[in-house]
Amino acid sequence: MGESRTALLFLAPWLLGLVLFTVGPILVTLFLSFTDYRVLSPPRWVGLDNYKELFTDTETFWPSLGNTAFLFLELPLSLVVGLALALLLNQKLKGMALFRTIFYLPSLVPTVASALLWLWLLNPEHGLINEALRALHLPAPTWLASPLWSKPAIILMDLWGVGGSMVIYLAALQGVPQDYYEAAELDGANGWQRLRHITLPSLSPVIFFNLILGVIGTFQYFTQTFLMTKGGPDKSTLFYALSLYQNAFEFFRMGLACAMAWVLFVLTIGATWLVFKSSARWVYYEGEKG
Amino acid sequence: MRGIRYAVLVALSLLFLAPFLFMLSTSLKTPEKIFTATMEWIPSPVVWKNYPDAIARFPFWRYVGNTLFICALTVLGTVLSSSLAAYAFARLRFKAREPLFFLMLATIMLPAQVTLLPTFLLFRALGWSGSWLPLIVPAFFGNPFSIFLLRQFFLTIPQELSDAARLDGCTDFGIFWRVLIPLARPALATVALFAFLGAWTDFQGPLIYLHDESQYTLALGLQSFLGRHESQWNLLMATSTVITVPLIIVFLLVQKTFVKGIVLSGLKG
Repeated sequence: MGESRTALLFLAPWLLGLVLFTVGPILVTLFLSFTDYRVLSPPRWVGLDNYKELFTDTETFWPSLGNTAFLFLELPLSLVVGLALALLLNQKLKGMALFRTIFYLPSLVPTVASALLWLWLLNPEHGLINEALRALHLPAPTWLASPLWSKPAIILMDLWGVGGSMVIYLAALQGVPQDYYEAAELDGANGWQRLRHITLPSLSPVIFFNLILGVIGTFQYFTQTFLMTKGGPDKSTLFYALSLYQNAFEFFRMGLACAMAWVLFVLTIGATWLVFKSSARWVYYEGEKG
Repeated sequence: MRGIRYAVLVALSLLFLAPFLFMLSTSLKTPEKIFTATMEWIPSPVVWKNYPDAIARFPFWRYVGNTLFICALTVLGTVLSSSLAAYAFARLRFKAREPLFFLMLATIMLPAQVTLLPTFLLFRALGWSGSWLPLIVPAFFGNPFSIFLLRQFFLTIPQELSDAARLDGCTDFGIFWRVLIPLARPALATVALFAFLGAWTDFQGPLIYLHDESQYTLALGLQSFLGRHESQWNLLMATSTVITVPLIIVFLLVQKTFVKGIVLSGLKG
């Protein structure tokens, strides 16, 4: 049997899935985005109407995009926090396994459970966060009940779950060749210089990887706000994916939701492309050096 | 120096643990204690009864059974289909390998929303909406992230082992099944853990496809607590604890293999 035929057999499940659950649906989404489709009656061709409606919709579409853009502030934050924790956990000290587990634990909590937990933590009256703030004589905001504080509340909650990307940084740190550090030390490099010239370049492929996943995840942010705020108060947590879900499954405007999905697709490709393009400047691959 | 490092680690750990402790502590309080002004970490009295009360609120064991069933099949499907594809990408030479591999990586970056609606319409047309099939069947068609992870791992296994097996008359499937799969256990465990966590915590899938309360998963069943029982924070926190603890136990059991799987599979880049 030829190797190509064998390969085809091994790849068959994935290839079939690719057609059924990826390529096919993308094309159907594109088609439906040019139709008015309200599920109960067949789709009706309307050309660019859905897109026109979206781009002139200052009530929902633009605010949801703006909110999502705000959420992108979290990316650099979680990058720095995740990396800092990984650096801290990469030291050779006793009991490290325990500390690693502790920082990773929040990432294991099911989203529904963490949504419940954070609703309670952020409770303006009896939540732990405001109790702590009051104990420190700091102002205690109403968090999810305030359009000003709802987004910071969500960012705070997400940072708690930074352990997922931390684990990946940690794995990468353990792969950085130790002799680089020894050589640098002989040359008299201080801690900051070692971080800047050895650690960060060595980690750059992983930072890149986490950044791409972060971009995609941010655009798709859904469950937490669906459960905790339903987009409120005053649409301050109406993020793009939540708005898309509402159009599709609450207002049954599948055509419009498909147009939103395509806008999302183009935005994701655009953002990913930007990260890729910039990566030539700051991502170093081991293989390329030699 | 060592002392300062420990102090920083302990302080940060407490910060990360505090929400859990708050959850535990609340889950053991009487309703009156919850709304008192000052924080009481160890409640008195400790109300263990909140736990049986909380899970008596909804068909807890049925939801556990539903979730475990979906998880088991999802894990099986993901591991089988992804490792097959990973073998082809790691070990077989064929013309379209590079473009197909790139295509697969590209699908990792695809927003789920782009395929969500037609997939929903497809399953509805098949009459699968309102059943577990939409949550299970796609797992048998390979998961790009898992394929990538396993492929990276297979590449670290010496080619000589495959060649030796081939000289002994092994087919590709034989090499895959008897040589690579047994050696790839850490990576397979990592993929299985990710698949398990994904299925156990999935919310949007069950939300869209399940309509009958008897079919609900834990994540979806828990949602009904929000809003309906909002003032009973002690019971809510007991329920959250109950669905979180199994995951922590599973993680502790596989932790070593899991970290090894990530390191060895070269996910580090």
